[in-house]
Amino acid sequence: MSNLLELDHVTKVYPVGGLFSRQTIKAVNDVSFSLNNDKPEIFAIVGESGSGKSTMAKMMLGNEVPDQGRLVFDGIDIATIRSRRQREEFMAKVQPVFQNPFEAFNPLTRVDAYLFATAHRFAKADTQEQKERVTDEALQRVGLSMAEIKGRFSHELSGGQLQRVAVARALIPSPKLIVADEPVSMVDASLRMSIVNLFRSLRDELKVSIIYITHDLATAYYISDRVIIMQKGVIIESGDARTVLDNPQHPYSIALKNAVLPPDPRAASAAIRQRNLGVPVA
Amino acid sequence: MSQVLDFKPAAGTSADVLTIKDLKAYYINDMFGVRREVRAVDGISLTVRRNEVYGIAGESSSGKTSLIKTLAGAIRPPMQVVGGSVKFDFGGKHIDVYAEPRKMQAARWQNLSYIMQGSMSVLNPVRRIKHAFNDFAFRHMGLDRRAFRQRVESHLQKLGLDPNVLEAFPHQLSGGMRQRVTIALATVCEPEFIIADEPTTALDVLVQQDVLGLIKEVQGRLGSSIVFVTHDMSVHAAITDRLAIMYAGRLAEEGPTQAMFDNPQHPYTAHLIASLPRIGDVSTRKSLAGRPPSLANPPSGCRFHPRCPIAIDRCSKEVPEMLPSAIGGRVACFRAGEIAVK
Repeated sequence: MSNLLELDHVTKVYPVGGLFSRQTIKAVNDVSFSLNNDKPEIFAIVGESGSGKSTMAKMMLGNEVPDQGRLVFDGIDIATIRSRRQREEFMAKVQPVFQNPFEAFNPLTRVDAYLFATAHRFAKADTQEQKERVTDEALQRVGLSMAEIKGRFSHELSGGQLQRVAVARALIPSPKLIVADEPVSMVDASLRMSIVNLFRSLRDELKVSIIYITHDLATAYYISDRVIIMQKGVIIESGDARTVLDNPQHPYSIALKNAVLPPDPRAASAAIRQRNLGVPVA
Repeated sequence: MSQVLDFKPAAGTSADVLTIKDLKAYYINDMFGVRREVRAVDGISLTVRRNEVYGIAGESSSGKTSLIKTLAGAIRPPMQVVGGSVKFDFGGKHIDVYAEPRKMQAARWQNLSYIMQGSMSVLNPVRRIKHAFNDFAFRHMGLDRRAFRQRVESHLQKLGLDPNVLEAFPHQLSGGMRQRVTIALATVCEPEFIIADEPTTALDVLVQQDVLGLIKEVQGRLGSSIVFVTHDMSVHAAITDRLAIMYAGRLAEEGPTQAMFDNPQHPYTAHLIASLPRIGDVSTRKSLAGRPPSLANPPSGCRFHPRCPIAIDRCSKEVPEMLPSAIGGRVACFRAGEIAVK
């Protein structure tokens, strides 16, 4: 049994303030967890903004290197990646999906250009015919087709479609891990569940593990297998998603859970009335 | 904060503040001899009562932002009001927005104000918060500088904000604080009518809960009406008294929020409510097939019919009218009430 991803006491420190300031902030503080290679799962990282969840995403994508601790992906410590070949191998196995699909795709570039470029680089597709075949396969997986996407610009597609294109792009290199940073928060409510359900089918059918970063406990509860809840860079609670979210122990997790507005008017309006005006927003 | 507040009482009785009749506003592009119409608001009639929170739900490109722009009289070419009327009644002062634009100008901020979505794009990043108050509210209050400053400070205190924020730059405040500042900005003149356009969409869950609580509380104190626009149904559940669902430039359903969640009449409403994830429930949530229709070339008949699970032949030929529904609202569907939640 080997680990797909292992974080071993990972800490990331950023300097704050001006050029001569000595203040630092620990964006991620002593975080450890691992994903199993044999059992694909959806692993949720939950926390509000400033909790370090996006820094975690950057490190898992290899864009940032931990200051302390080790982040080992598939047997390779990402801090040891030096050559271009090593980096490309790593990138083929870990792929991102970003928050806002309209920002992820350049409005002046046709959407399929991104797909073809990825196919060329990571799927060894050299001719146009090969590129289209590889791309079409990936699009089919997310419930789209080449005919719908070819030659389109991002503004011609709906947010939900575009986010599915982003997922299709991430699937082209046949990755082992997809890091999705707030993938549904900019997508319309009626299309949100189509993305969330897509992640579930990717896990079951393609055996891809997914890191699902979110502040929305309701969708995290809906799809994830395991969850960690972060506050100010520290993991305050972790474990099986249902167990943790059904019965949170830490006061912050309880506050987060209570802040999820129940989809029932009576309960929801009671929930917002509880907030005391005198308490300043942190 | 539990001090006694000196907000003025709501003027008038339970009459309607806003009456919209068969409003049509199109984006009209006439270029190189090609005329293109985008029917963003296509025949909407609704009324907003005094002292209520009226929710407007709908996905992006359903025309909800166009609708509130139209009712605030804030339209610019290529958008044009093609037909219908928007009438306000501010405590006996009647304003027909499109017949009397000058009267509308005087009413802005004094009677009608706006809470915007991106607090960062409302507040100028290189000027202190106090300048925003001077720019927006000063000329509508008719006070001298010192009295105005005192009024603003006491207003901020009522909203649980330290008056020192006036000297801060926007980037020095957190997202939640900034959103509170924009709420303070919109309510400092104690308007009777507030438009809130996705005020919590960019916020975290904890902050969102707080900001919604604040909006509800301010609304209760001022006795004003709020038109609250968001696509998030759980936010509507939390804050609105009545709710309208927009689909492709038209209203699909309108009614009391509680009744609509308990017993939605329109299949689109039913879908929106059923697709909400809940903690403690992992049963599969379905999402609607297809995509929102293009408003430049909407489907014939009922605009929802290509995505509707219970569509019949008639739906693609005739346009359903808004008729009284079984739950005390109105609904535009030939098969209203035939779809159950889940």
